[in-house]
Amino acid sequence: MNLPVIIKFVIDLLAVLLLALGIKGLSKVKSARDANRLAAFAMSLSVVGLLSYYLGTSGIAIQSWIWIIIGSIIGSLFGSILAKKVPMTSMPETVALFNGCGGMSSLLVALGVAIFPISSGQENFDFFKSLINEVSISVSIFVGAITFTGSIVAMAKLQGLLSTPGWTQSKVRHFVNIVFAVASLIAFLDLINGNTSSIWLLVIVSSLLGIGVTLPIGGADMPVVISLLNSYSGIAAAAAGFVVDSQLLIVAGAMVGAAGLILTQVMCKGMNRSLVSVLFGGSLSAQSTASSGSGEYTNITSCSVEECALTLEAANKVIIVPGYGLAVAQAQHTLREVTKKLEQNGIEVVYAIHPVAGRMPGHMNVLLAEADVPYEQLKEMDVVNPDFPATDVVLVLGANDVVNPQAKNDTSSPLYGMPVLDVQEARTVFVIKRGMSAGYSGIKNDLFDLPNTSMVFGDAKKVLNDLIGELKDLGVGEK
Amino acid sequence: MSFISLLWVLLLGSLLGLELIGKVPPTLHTPLMSGANAISGITMLAALTLIVKAEGNVPLLIIGSVSLGFALFNVVGGFFVTDRMLSMFSRKPSNKK
Repeated sequence: MNLPVIIKFVIDLLAVLLLALGIKGLSKVKSARDANRLAAFAMSLSVVGLLSYYLGTSGIAIQSWIWIIIGSIIGSLFGSILAKKVPMTSMPETVALFNGCGGMSSLLVALGVAIFPISSGQENFDFFKSLINEVSISVSIFVGAITFTGSIVAMAKLQGLLSTPGWTQSKVRHFVNIVFAVASLIAFLDLINGNTSSIWLLVIVSSLLGIGVTLPIGGADMPVVISLLNSYSGIAAAAAGFVVDSQLLIVAGAMVGAAGLILTQVMCKGMNRSLVSVLFGGSLSAQSTASSGSGEYTNITSCSVEECALTLEAANKVIIVPGYGLAVAQAQHTLREVTKKLEQNGIEVVYAIHPVAGRMPGHMNVLLAEADVPYEQLKEMDVVNPDFPATDVVLVLGANDVVNPQAKNDTSSPLYGMPVLDVQEARTVFVIKRGMSAGYSGIKNDLFDLPNTSMVFGDAKKVLNDLIGELKDLGVGEK
Repeated sequence: MSFISLLWVLLLGSLLGLELIGKVPPTLHTPLMSGANAISGITMLAALTLIVKAEGNVPLLIIGSVSLGFALFNVVGGFFVTDRMLSMFSRKPSNKK
């Protein structure tokens, strides 16, 4: 073992250790930020390790340097610009886009190696070795392509650029996807048989499969899909590691793949959905319109912002339930102003965070943190649920399915069994909502019919602004 | 590196990943997903290898470079965006005056 090999070995080992510590640290609030930087440092370290290894052994041609620099600058530049500019509400789409590009990168590497086999040093042909090489190239292309097209579709759907086409809700889609999957398998077998040109077939059908699988999935299930695709991009990276013979790639890819799977599972649990039903069940609304889920509202009470303000002023304890509507209206700062006023008046305010409120777990926490809401005021569902009976006022802001009592009471409801916030236990519930449209599941919300629920119709930001005005008139929060 | 030992690496890496994030508060799910996503851009190493070993093959150099660009877009953007999210959490709760 010569020096460059030893140096690379040590650096790789260190990088793996730091990456593992980084992922570990990311799961605790206190250490998360440092852990993220640690992981970033480990990544740069791994690049230094690789480059110094090649400098010490085969050397790096000027031409190679040029292309390395071009690729690095363009990629980093666009990445950092997007990361700085993107609004917090679009976080899920952004993660999806980044993720898709990671998949694309693995795909391109495998494609490059497949079209122009790189010299591995030993020229003697080894059947077993070339088989492994072809399998890892195929896996890398297959998973990479699915990750890329799937992520792009997920992003487009979250951005509202793409809706769920009707035909994808019929059983036909299973047939179509099976055709794509079988075609991928055929292309894969053909490739192993030595027919290199079938690689293009593999690229095309696995790309189509990524689209076909993601397109039918309803928006509410999107976070699960993104998390799963995130796991896939790890798998694609690990496969690319087999292609270029890099342990570091395999370890890091495998870690991300496994971590992504765990996260996906956690999200599914929060929504009371199994992974299978998310992937193959289609969008929930399509099923529920046929079932007992839909129905007419019979006992809607609507009230003015003024009444809402009066009730709030008299309250001792207020719980805010934020949802995606809040994110869409970009009303988190306005909400913070309202709660500041209430707090100045000695009213206890906490935020009840449902695990899947918004479009991604933790989405609401990020939004509220952006608006300077103290972390201590954010309460998780299990912690806050026992508090509702002792609460005077609950403000539901753009949340719907996560406060639907059907999930507890109605065994025939598609939502039955999903953990929800027991807001109906509170003395008064105000639901701020644009109209009577259903939530993402498309299911009627029994909460709206309850006698202690009042609807305040309007855009969340506008209602909250009006509320600030009303509270001011009442002299709340002015000292 | 023999194929079998690479398989061991794969297996142990997966087990490590499963263990690492056993318990995560929901608050951190989005940042964790985003951070893990940035790490999956480690394929940049594969892209670099491709460029270094291209030996003047221009189409391969271009493929490698584009691949590197995509990977770094993922890595740099991913870490920055994660840091942005986390910076909001770590902000100390404003002291009541």
